[in-house]
Amino acid sequence: MESLERIIAEHPFFEGLDSEFVQLMVSCASNVRFKADTYILKEGDPANTFYLIREGKVAVELFAPQRRPIIVATLGVGELLGWSWLLPPFQWRFHARAIDGVRAIALDGKCLRTKCEENHDLGYAVLKRFAQIMERRLEATRLQLLDVYSVSP
Amino acid sequence: MTLTLQPLVDPMLTHQYVLREIVKETPDTFTLTTEPDIGDHNNSFTPGQFSMLWVFGVGELPISISGDPAKRHQLVYTVRSVGQGTHALVSQSVGNSVGVRGPLGTGWPLEAAGGKDVILVAGGIGLAPLRPLVYHVLSNRKDYGRLVLLYGARSPRELLYRKELATWARNHETQVLVTVDYGGLSWRGHVGVVTTLFKYARLQPAHSVAMVCGPEIMMRFVTRELETHGLRREDIYLSMERNMKCAVGFCGHCQYGPYFICKDGPVFRYDQIRPLLEKYEL
Repeated sequence: MESLERIIAEHPFFEGLDSEFVQLMVSCASNVRFKADTYILKEGDPANTFYLIREGKVAVELFAPQRRPIIVATLGVGELLGWSWLLPPFQWRFHARAIDGVRAIALDGKCLRTKCEENHDLGYAVLKRFAQIMERRLEATRLQLLDVYSVSP
Repeated sequence: MTLTLQPLVDPMLTHQYVLREIVKETPDTFTLTTEPDIGDHNNSFTPGQFSMLWVFGVGELPISISGDPAKRHQLVYTVRSVGQGTHALVSQSVGNSVGVRGPLGTGWPLEAAGGKDVILVAGGIGLAPLRPLVYHVLSNRKDYGRLVLLYGARSPRELLYRKELATWARNHETQVLVTVDYGGLSWRGHVGVVTTLFKYARLQPAHSVAMVCGPEIMMRFVTRELETHGLRREDIYLSMERNMKCAVGFCGHCQYGPYFICKDGPVFRYDQIRPLLEKYEL
């Protein structure tokens, strides 16, 4: 069986992270599984966890009144799900559903928030990694908003 | 002294073709199979080339060839109905005639891609001019390395050639990744713009040639992504699009900086046109 420490250290999100910080992460981590079509998190619920996806695919869904939900993004192996645990009000902003069976490492956001407050070097290292992901997803969302495949006016 | 006449006449000659089949690909996109009306017209073309299709009484339209280059008895086109001309074209019936002028323009760089991995990135109707290349690579497997196709569309119902995508994905040494910008709950594939597929692609940048076709803004983001992944600018090719009229470089309608898209393109090497891609209103 693979150790949590090795899995976290080798996950693209934590690539290059100091081993001391990896140890701190491990103390907040656990292995989780989700069956296909189960919800991993729901909009409005308290956000106290984030997930490193190891297997399967997750749909990030958006609900609008009187409309069927739409999938606005999918996340796969090597990607990270959830950053609402990082900033107040610590509530999920979307639904996330396992499209197929998902294996992931769950990291306890509350635990990690405390460790980040206690150790700002760790906090900065974590924040930098999240900022990179946010930047890439923001760029992808901007391109998505352009609706480039629609017929030009 | 013998005068050698330049072949200026042929590209202006329209040949009559008959529509043999019309397949509805998506709600607004159709694939038309045409064959010469009379005789044994040479239909050979290089993947990436286009023809001018003349809808009698309506006008002439530049349409990329989307069929198999090995099937020389026919020319196949995939057309999205977006205006009067394309609407008239897709509204034709099997047995009707259309005028065909071409094949015209430059094709994808088959020689430069020889022995290398071929990375294809398509957006929307941009898969049409890349499909002949997929056919060509799959029928000449030993001449190329791995084939990686990244394809993005607006929604699942706007995906072209769905059955073929599944068939290609089962092919040896081929990776096909498909994404849509928005998916309903029944969609079990990827959702996100085409650039988000790169993280799943198995690329060997130093040993690859990339060919990209889609909306220009998409191609700008894709080239950036290809460069980030280590592809050299001279190993990236783009298919460009502008309004065309004569399609042989006389009228200037499709002028693109120092180039004419119809004659010097539509396929260009990225490093040659990169400065033009960043110019406003060009």
